Amino acid sequence: MDLFLFLTFALIAVGCAVNLLVQRHPISSALSLIGVMGSLAVLYLLLGAEFIAAIQVIVYAGAIMVLFLFVIMLLNAGEEERTKKSKLARVLGLPLLAVLLAQLAYLIWRNFSDAPGVKFGGYVASTQQLGRALFRDYVLPFEVTSILILVAILGAVVLARKEIQR
Amino acid sequence: MTVPLSWYLILSAVLFSLGVAGFLFKRNIITIFMSIELMLNAVNLSLITFSYKWGDIGGHVFVFFVIVVAAAEAAVGLAIIIAVFRNRGTLNADDLEEMKL
Repeated sequence: MDLFLFLTFALIAVGCAVNLLVQRHPISSALSLIGVMGSLAVLYLLLGAEFIAAIQVIVYAGAIMVLFLFVIMLLNAGEEERTKKSKLARVLGLPLLAVLLAQLAYLIWRNFSDAPGVKFGGYVASTQQLGRALFRDYVLPFEVTSILILVAILGAVVLARKEIQR
Repeated sequence: MTVPLSWYLILSAVLFSLGVAGFLFKRNIITIFMSIELMLNAVNLSLITFSYKWGDIGGHVFVFFVIVVAAAEAAVGLAIIIAVFRNRGTLNADDLEEMKL
């Protein structure tokens, strides 16, 4: 059952990620990214991360992607246009990307091929444990995060404000 | 039936590579930004996997912070995209090349 769930949702995630690349309209890309995030939430549940799975759905697939869709609709972004420029990225990027993937896969295989398998319920990080770690060991980064969010709010408001005519 | 740990990590590597591919090949600036989010998601998956492997809560805390920073980044980045669109009237990354040598 674990294997079945993993394979199903891993295939959905990879398929949606490929669809993100293939689609030319930003709305289709955004919807396939939501598919990736939803299936990743199921994988987080399989790995025993229940709180992370919840905020993945609520914050990532909910809030952040709604922001993306809102901007796509606000700017009325149409289909992507093909351009003659930047062939270099395609010619040089694809082989380098294959090298990157092969290297990562080789390193993972060499270091973790004999690691014990993942079983549902093998390690469950409860929300209580996460909260205790967050507010005891990581309380300073947590507080700094609030400043970061404040700066981000101010920055977003200033950047997106309409210029006042002088 | 257990799932090998390396499969999760390889899935994460594949998703990361697809994100890099989107970053390189897509020309719409919003789609490029979505590819960055895809890369962040791939890294989150590997952090959670390592957290499972070592039985340590630290990976979850880092994923929490990554999600918070991604939210802030999305707000600022999309504001920048709106400002760029207002000044240039285009979302095509190839038309924004003033800083190229």
